[in-house]
Amino acid sequence: MLQGHFDIQLIAIVTAVACALPGVFLVLRRMTLMSDAISHAILPGIVLAFFLTESLSSPLLILAAAGTGVLTVLFVELLQRTKLVKEDAAIGLTFPALFSIGVILISRFAGNVHLDMDAVLLGELAYAPLNRLKAFGYDLGPVSLYVMGTILVINVVFILLFYKELKLATFDASLAAALGFAPTLIHYGLMALVSVTTVGAFDAVGSILVVALIAGPPATAYLMTDKLSRMLILSAIIGSVNAVSGYWLASIFDVSIAGAIATTMLLIFGLVFLTVPNRGLIAIARRRTRQKWEFAQTMLVIHLFNHEGLPEAEAESAVAHLHEHLSWNPDFTTQVVKYALNNRYVSRKETQLTLTEHGRAIAQQALVQ
Amino acid sequence: MENLSVLTHLDYTLMIVAIGAALLGTVSGALGTYAVLRRQSLLGDAISHAALPGIAIAFLLTGSKTPLILVLGAAIAGWLGTLLILSIVRLTRIKYDSALAIVLSTFFGFGLVLHTLIQRTGNANQAGLDTFLFGQAATILERDVLTIGLLGGVALIIMLVFWKELKLLVFDEGFAASIGFPTRALDILLTSLLVIAIVLGLQAVGAVLMSAMLVAPAVAARQWTNRLRLMVFLAACFGAFAGVIGTIISSTASRIPTGPTIVLCATVVVGISIAFAPNRGLVWERIRHQRNRRSLKTATDRLLK
Repeated sequence: MLQGHFDIQLIAIVTAVACALPGVFLVLRRMTLMSDAISHAILPGIVLAFFLTESLSSPLLILAAAGTGVLTVLFVELLQRTKLVKEDAAIGLTFPALFSIGVILISRFAGNVHLDMDAVLLGELAYAPLNRLKAFGYDLGPVSLYVMGTILVINVVFILLFYKELKLATFDASLAAALGFAPTLIHYGLMALVSVTTVGAFDAVGSILVVALIAGPPATAYLMTDKLSRMLILSAIIGSVNAVSGYWLASIFDVSIAGAIATTMLLIFGLVFLTVPNRGLIAIARRRTRQKWEFAQTMLVIHLFNHEGLPEAEAESAVAHLHEHLSWNPDFTTQVVKYALNNRYVSRKETQLTLTEHGRAIAQQALVQ
Repeated sequence: MENLSVLTHLDYTLMIVAIGAALLGTVSGALGTYAVLRRQSLLGDAISHAALPGIAIAFLLTGSKTPLILVLGAAIAGWLGTLLILSIVRLTRIKYDSALAIVLSTFFGFGLVLHTLIQRTGNANQAGLDTFLFGQAATILERDVLTIGLLGGVALIIMLVFWKELKLLVFDEGFAASIGFPTRALDILLTSLLVIAIVLGLQAVGAVLMSAMLVAPAVAARQWTNRLRLMVFLAACFGAFAGVIGTIISSTASRIPTGPTIVLCATVVVGISIAFAPNRGLVWERIRHQRNRRSLKTATDRLLK
């Protein structure tokens, strides 16, 4: 059983990394939903190939599905090119139609052959190690490990070879075109890569959860870094952590592995979304509070500065009446005064507030701005 | 004549299903118009997938399979998912498409986890996952038609009441905000209406195909008109038409699932609209192109003479 644990985790990690790498470019190019479309639209391709080969593990199945995937991308782009349909609607039209054809084909003709709808849509990682590659009487390990391993290698090689081109086409497509980098070719290369990866991964995690592996780690990494190379590495790491933690969650609670991996993805994303420095929710909330106090404090020193040395100064700077002059509520005013006193922008003599040197400088600076 | 009476007798169930599908098509067609115009066509896909954990939790909490309770759970989960998408987009630099993909897949995955938990408890009363994914139009009963009609009707009435506000939100959100319309509240209102339409549709066409019911009628309607009023009306008609025709086709032979058939019917309507709609359609464009070319040719011929 230990071997089984190990095999499943290895397959999960390889799948997650293979999905995360092209996913980085999809997230940056705002094309994440194309993976959703592809993963659903390959169904008719799989069904037709299955009718031809009558086996679910034939390599023809992967090829047929990948072909359907690229066809989906072509369809979506053809629809867009008519200028009658926007991109999102084109995606929303294409994949349900293809998927419907797949479902009808299955329920019409596949009743007497074994093709499980759930297996296609949801995958089952637990069974992945059972199908093993054997040669010369030796057990070489699970087939899906080899399939996903090959896809991972293809992805890594493609990204390494065309790193510069991918980067330029992603961040500045028109410059890439002007320099003769053929962004269209890069685009279709990437789409072919996504198709093959999706097809390979759906076997393990199913077509809906592939999307979690493709979009989740890169989007999480996107919150953490500004550098493409770092984002690729981070995505791979997040994907692996996610795969392993999801696996253990699943085995502790005895639930669907693919579902658990997607759930931990949500947790990891949520954690990063909350806590990442500068861009996280907590950081945003703290910045907003600080800005609120800073702004109120600046208002206070400007108010004091405006009336400084004038006859009404005494009335205007009385602590008890400040809230009337600034039209704040009294509690808030007390807190702002405390905040400004702490920062030594003002000093307090009995009931009067006076500006310190520093406070006066701040007020002058704020007024100039 | 005898054949006919058998048909009419059989047709009672069929009629109920067709009425249900027609009502559903009407509601989702009309509301989908807004999603398509706001370029949020795939929001429906996200909401329908995100509804799964809601259904599972509703079932775990109450132990009942009463449609209304499950629908409520689905609506709450779908609504929460949408709010999460909107806040990710608003607060981070992650773009709409990635936010949508993350919420869609991870909520669904969580739903799957809950589903396996339910399965393990061996509760014979469990909610079928297949039904959630693909719908089961054949199980639509009179009371379901009533629910669809009532809730869908309420959604459509709300849409009509806020017609002016929603129109402005769709076409010029910045302007709407600048003249003091509560755009965020309107956004949430519109999303809630979409959630109602989607949750009602889950039973008939299922989560995977529900997005098509929102998108296809609206895209088809868009080709025929430039006016929102007409577009909403046409989309509702196309949706109802696809619902009825799809139901009838799937009843003519065994083992043709209703949901996918309805979706394919709607897709055919889109194809026809894109090809033949006056002014915008591809055929029309071709004719105009050739006419221009001919008039250019006669003009140059005359010049060269």
